[in-house]
Amino acid sequence: MDFDALFLSRLQFGFTIAFHILFPAFTIGLASFLAVLEGLWLFTKRDAFQRLYLHWVKIFAISFGLGVVSGVVMSYQFGTNWSVFSEIAFPVIGPLLAYEVLTAFFLEASFLGVMLFGWRRVGPKLHFAATVIVAVGTLGSAFWILSANSWMQTPAGFTQTSEGLVATNFFDVIFNPSFPIRFVHMVIAAYLTTALVVGGASAFQLLRGRTNDENRISLRMAVLLLAIVAPLQLVAGHESGAVAHEYQPAKVAAMEGWWETRPDQGTILFGWPDEENEKNHFEIKIPNTGSLIFGTAVDEDLLGLDQFAREDRPPVWPVFWSFRVMVGLGLAMIGLGWWGAFVWQRGRLDQARWLHKAMVAFAPAGFIAILAGWIATEVGRQPYVIYGILRTADAVSPVTAGQVATSLTVFLIAYAIIFTAGAIYTLRLIALGPDPAEQPPPSDPQRPLGVPFGAAPPEPGAPGDTHRNGESAQ
Amino acid sequence: MMDLATIWAGLLALAVFIYVALDGFDLGIGILFPFAKDRAERSQMMSAVAPVWDGNETWLVLGGGGLLATFPLAYAVLMPALYGPIILMLIGLIFRGVAFEFRHNAKGRWQSLWSVSFGAGSVVATLAQGFVLGGFIQGVAFENNAFAGGPWDWATPFTLIVALGLTAGYALLGAAWLVYKTEGPLHARAQKWTRLMAIVTGVALAVVSLATLYVDPRVTARWGLADGSLDGPDIVLGLLPLAAAGVLAAIHWAAPRSTGIGPYLLSLVVFACGYLGLAFSLWPYMVPFALTPQDAAAPDNALQFMLVGAVILLPMILAYTFYSYWVFRAKVAPDASYH
Repeated sequence: MDFDALFLSRLQFGFTIAFHILFPAFTIGLASFLAVLEGLWLFTKRDAFQRLYLHWVKIFAISFGLGVVSGVVMSYQFGTNWSVFSEIAFPVIGPLLAYEVLTAFFLEASFLGVMLFGWRRVGPKLHFAATVIVAVGTLGSAFWILSANSWMQTPAGFTQTSEGLVATNFFDVIFNPSFPIRFVHMVIAAYLTTALVVGGASAFQLLRGRTNDENRISLRMAVLLLAIVAPLQLVAGHESGAVAHEYQPAKVAAMEGWWETRPDQGTILFGWPDEENEKNHFEIKIPNTGSLIFGTAVDEDLLGLDQFAREDRPPVWPVFWSFRVMVGLGLAMIGLGWWGAFVWQRGRLDQARWLHKAMVAFAPAGFIAILAGWIATEVGRQPYVIYGILRTADAVSPVTAGQVATSLTVFLIAYAIIFTAGAIYTLRLIALGPDPAEQPPPSDPQRPLGVPFGAAPPEPGAPGDTHRNGESAQ
Repeated sequence: MMDLATIWAGLLALAVFIYVALDGFDLGIGILFPFAKDRAERSQMMSAVAPVWDGNETWLVLGGGGLLATFPLAYAVLMPALYGPIILMLIGLIFRGVAFEFRHNAKGRWQSLWSVSFGAGSVVATLAQGFVLGGFIQGVAFENNAFAGGPWDWATPFTLIVALGLTAGYALLGAAWLVYKTEGPLHARAQKWTRLMAIVTGVALAVVSLATLYVDPRVTARWGLADGSLDGPDIVLGLLPLAAAGVLAAIHWAAPRSTGIGPYLLSLVVFACGYLGLAFSLWPYMVPFALTPQDAAAPDNALQFMLVGAVILLPMILAYTFYSYWVFRAKVAPDASYH
């Protein structure tokens, strides 16, 4: 168990989880968006909603596929690279993962088939039900995995015996102190991410002069969600910080860049943390805001990193900076949402070119904010894998550095290939935009399988390989 | 006797069998991909599994996640021991999994590339699963509650035989599934494939079975072959391979006459024979020759908590999985153009 296998395993886990999280985050929001679209279509019978559904469900399918294949990796990687962690933690949190598979994964996977291919085979209401079930399933996965991850941050509901960790109360394990707010924070982040992509894609179409119902509707839906939900995220993020302040003060000290324990901590807007000399260079700060943010008495000490031995501190620089990136983007999202709402209220939402350009520029902002937030919270948990219980250095598998170096290289190459392809196909679909002529064929259970709802029925006698594409088959 | 650890060992064994039965046929279709006549036929093959493959693969997540949750120690020993083939399997599954959507979104030569990705990914994932199975059967080095062997322990002639055997078996499942799901020229081709694979699988199963008998003296003794003589119990046990051989012959006979699910279900009987034989060989070990279910189990309260969920949710999962297969029960026509 040498340092290299440990270091490489950390790199590998960080890389594969960061890659993976992009897709569930996007599909959680997209599944709910699709459910709303289909519900609106059933309710209003406006075809624009259906065409938006047919457009975004193609993008959903790509993203979901990438989420599935990168997710299977995660369920085995605990063992291949973190077997000691598995053996110690999973007697307590194993049921959370088991319930994730049983309540969410099967639900999503089974009804995804109906959602993508079932348009002809089930009625519209049943199809809508399938979409809703997939959306609920995505939220269910988020519930359980955030619960397990939060337990690693704020472990609760267990006791240490000679046999290892044993749960004393599974309710306390699941609803550990940081879980409820972190779940809310993550789901909101997923919704914002999707809204930014949908908003950016719609704005892109409007900039290209395609001012049709579909693009106007989806832009409004995105702006509405941003204007309302982005400010809520500020509240959720703050609450999450307050929980971390109580249970993981070292993480908060690193996020804030506080080296010294004192009552009058400030908010550091910019700085360059220097772990060697325990100070920040080039610091720009608003003084005396710490007690206000965390609701402490003016004369109460706010812990700095000096309260923790060096070997118990998280790496400061990545936590400090990723936290700033996340918060900065979050604030910008509020600004974007309110700008959009303002322009909309003045009746100029379809003509506001600068807004459209900003929306396009911000399309990937949700992904960046999620990765930044993820780095802040996971690196902030270091040097522990289970906070206060098990150090990351003691959690690694008895495998060689060569094995991990090989697997890491293979994952890097494989993910680079599938990410590039997935991004190209997704961007191509986004550039095409919703097809105003697209119609799903009528439901017909007698028809042979294999022609999806997005395609026109093949003509009798046509050559076999009429490759389906919503756009080319029309 | 029926303690929680035993119940969970049984449930996991069932989950793994369901995985093999379901993902076996869609991996098998990937293995057969290079033998299709043209692009249209490959699209037809993919359409035969596109709506259900994702659900099928979820049983693998249940197998891995379930082992982790119910027998953390077994998981913590097996995964590092089988590091190489597990990573190989994951990579194979990645390239075949993304191919469903990518192949459909791609054009021209890129589409062919994703066809290769689907076929090669399926073969790699299957071979890797065979190495995992073989490595599991031959047992792992175990000391101080952890894996204590080297990175290449899993790479032996025995595991290679198992990997090739599993590939033949999955190809049989895939071919039989195509008999059930397709029409037209591909259906006729699938009938031929099934007929051929029944023979190949029979040979492979015989070789793997014999090799397994001698992989460890404990297995040899279990089958009553250590003393070199045949007696009563041996003859009863001998019925298992005989049954497998009989069913394979039935598949060989039925394939050219069938348009239904018969050959596929018969293929599952063959897999069940092999599976039962294996369980009998290795019982009571969960990690062969090192850990029993009782040694490796999570605490009782965790097993109990999960059992409540499994008893309620597994029947529901099976019900809606069946529903999803029912929705997509129709045959895939040669003009099927998606996937």
